[in-house]
Amino acid sequence: MADRRVVITGLGVVNALGIGREAYFQALLNGSIGIDRIQVFDPSEFPSQVAGEAPRPKMSEIVPKTYRKATKLMSRDIQLAVIAADAAVRDGKIKTKATHPEGEVDINPVRSGVNIGAGLICCDLVELAMAAHHAVKDGQFSLQKWGTEGMNMLTPLWLLKYLPNMLSCHISIIHDLQGPSNSITCAEASGMLSIGEAYRKIVHNKADLMVAGGAESKVEAMGLLRQCLLGRTSTKYNDRPKEACRPFDRDAGGMVIGEGAGIVIMEELEHARKRGARLYAEITGFGASNNSNGDFVEPEASAKGVTIALQKALKQAKLSPQKIDLLIAHGIAIARNDRAEATAIRAVFAEHTKKLAVLATKSRFGNCGAAAGAIDLITAVLALYEGKIPANVNCPHPPAEYGLNLAAGNQQANINHAMACCYTYGGQTAALTVSRLN
Amino acid sequence: MTRRVVITGMGAVTPLGHNVEELWRRLLAGESGVDKTTIFDADTFPTQFSAQVNGYDHLQDLPENIRAEHRQACRNSRFIIGAALQAWRQAKLPVPLPDELKDGQTGYLPPAEQVGVYLGAGEGPIDFDNFIAATVNGWQNDKNEMNWRAWAKTAFARMDARRELEQEPNMPGAHLARIFNLRGPCMSCLTACAASTQAIGEATELIRYGDADIIITGGTHSMIHPLGVTGFNRLTALSIRNDDPKSASRPFDGERDGFVLAEGAGALIIEELETARRRGANILAEIIGYGSTADAFRVTDQHENGRGGIAAVRMALENAKVGIDQIDYISAHGTGTIENDSIETLITKEVFGRRAYQIPISSVKSMLGHLIAAAGAVELITCVLAIRDQIAPPTTNLTHPDPQCDLDYIPNQARKIPVNIAMSNSFGFGGQNNTLIIRRFAD
Repeated sequence: MADRRVVITGLGVVNALGIGREAYFQALLNGSIGIDRIQVFDPSEFPSQVAGEAPRPKMSEIVPKTYRKATKLMSRDIQLAVIAADAAVRDGKIKTKATHPEGEVDINPVRSGVNIGAGLICCDLVELAMAAHHAVKDGQFSLQKWGTEGMNMLTPLWLLKYLPNMLSCHISIIHDLQGPSNSITCAEASGMLSIGEAYRKIVHNKADLMVAGGAESKVEAMGLLRQCLLGRTSTKYNDRPKEACRPFDRDAGGMVIGEGAGIVIMEELEHARKRGARLYAEITGFGASNNSNGDFVEPEASAKGVTIALQKALKQAKLSPQKIDLLIAHGIAIARNDRAEATAIRAVFAEHTKKLAVLATKSRFGNCGAAAGAIDLITAVLALYEGKIPANVNCPHPPAEYGLNLAAGNQQANINHAMACCYTYGGQTAALTVSRLN
Repeated sequence: MTRRVVITGMGAVTPLGHNVEELWRRLLAGESGVDKTTIFDADTFPTQFSAQVNGYDHLQDLPENIRAEHRQACRNSRFIIGAALQAWRQAKLPVPLPDELKDGQTGYLPPAEQVGVYLGAGEGPIDFDNFIAATVNGWQNDKNEMNWRAWAKTAFARMDARRELEQEPNMPGAHLARIFNLRGPCMSCLTACAASTQAIGEATELIRYGDADIIITGGTHSMIHPLGVTGFNRLTALSIRNDDPKSASRPFDGERDGFVLAEGAGALIIEELETARRRGANILAEIIGYGSTADAFRVTDQHENGRGGIAAVRMALENAKVGIDQIDYISAHGTGTIENDSIETLITKEVFGRRAYQIPISSVKSMLGHLIAAAGAVELITCVLAIRDQIAPPTTNLTHPDPQCDLDYIPNQARKIPVNIAMSNSFGFGGQNNTLIIRRFAD
């Protein structure tokens, strides 16, 4: 029996370049950079003061009327996921309980699942501070007073705003998706791992449709603090935010925090055809592995975990490396990491590396954490679908030893097969292959 | 046809023992791991007790030459490091796996790329004192706003880079991948209380379909800290029986008033059958079924008719190709909340019909408390042991019948029962339903 085939039929993106896949791809082609000085809190005591901040639409206008009360339980990470899921469902013209509350849905809820990768969600500090203030005694925080008074200032459902599985849960409730439901929590690899696992669910006949991807906001004080403490951030361009994130450039000086969500709708091929869905591309391979470094922050110099993930995805897709036309790299813009990733790419593609178009997107909207790999996969799909590869920006001088083909202008391209890869602190790596449908 | 998946090693670090055999002995004896909370001063909290892992040192279990790298592991990472080492060693695997196979001696090992990890791992405990100091120092109550400069000054002075990194939920798996040299899929999920059951199920799928040959799976969590207890107390999910902590966890009992928070880790080595045979590994049990669904109902409550749970259990039975008559024992989710226990009873009756009254069912949470993300892993381990020893652990503190929970929950005393096939259920916050079925291994 032939394997079931999986196609992508809907795309939803939200990040500093806007909401929706059309706005996103157009912004990429326009050379837009959505990185600016942080607005949502005062960053002046931080060494890195820039970020890719995403829009803040009214959640009550995104969710069904009956679900408006529940938006009070949505942390920023959840909001981003819900926004992108809504965009993806509408983009794919899927009829769910949300879009067709009275009428006919065109999916079977028990055969439709969710897999949304999430990050480490920090509680809202202002909300917490208001409560903690009630526990201050003699100018100091008192745990005893917190137990008797302070904690009672928090809304009873407080914890539910910050559980990472709530991204998947809200989406499953809004759209009535009762199939397999997971929440992958592998930091910056989460979004791509979620898409990969969801793809396999359909191949293995556990579901016919999956809503998958990732969402995270690193644009808050703890998110920025953590990256600054680890020495990973771009600190020399606070006066020139648009130049701050420089993946694969000789002057790559660190990552820029971002926030966003990338969500795809994927379906079994015949299921999609019956629905008359637009078929963007086929997911043909998924690979996952691990970088190994005792500091748990950077990849090892060879980024061997990235090599293995790419090779596994190629093997599953039954493609030789020469067949790949485009690779969306992780391109985090930390020089040592970029160097390692370039090494891993060369190890996979060998002489073909000279021809393989490589694109790094974080220069445009920052590092969206759990969403990053999902947004990059969407970028690969859009490039394939539109026949255009957006330019690499902020990369005027890539070191020659990287050996990568990083075009500085938009390109027309007839893409048959594209890949995206990612890795994270901690070590986890992932890669996906998408192919044009014949 | 998919490949068969067997369990070849187990390990645990829990409130009732830092290894599997001690845990099992004390569960069968009906002991409680619940006591006054000492990890932090919870004296004024609504709930002042929990089930802690006390006195565990992960460094002692690690080979000396790699201790330095894991010295700063967060509390929950320490537990899973210990549990995983126990399981890995029981499975007779080398620490670490070699990068490449050399002819002869390691010929029976799969390559490192086919060996991975899949955990239901919680976030690490927050660095509360420093975190709250920054929060309080930044807050300007007269202006009703945060002074972020003051916040940052305190935060940068007090927070530690590595301590923050260790809180990320992918770090427990990262530690394991590094210790054992894993280059296969390295995944972590966090579907609340169902997380490690889910991890084990998803890991099983990876092996069935050839994406890995061996996986360290299981889970770990430690939420016994001020914000964790705050969160659950605000939800009124925790028992507040402060006068008698050991009686507080009362799954299915008429006087239950919530769950008891616990911490710990459970690890299992699962592998493809032929791989296990070639290696000469001991096969402890076979994983034959997995079901996973979402209630898609409310973030606050389970579906009132248990529709997601019913679907997950049925999915697992179908996946295992066994009928309702073949389940000999069920390890219940049984948290001890009013809602879970009555809905879980409903689910069991709906799926099993009259047979529901004949199947022995128990919840070890009565003794161990609720390990949140790690619960499912430890509970599956008890299912393996039930099969091995033909005895089921009790549900303790079951002294007041609840007409809504009238099944055989093996009250108070462990019971010798024939167990060939066992089921474990986990139902997580937000409506995540996961079920595993295992069987005594037979060719």
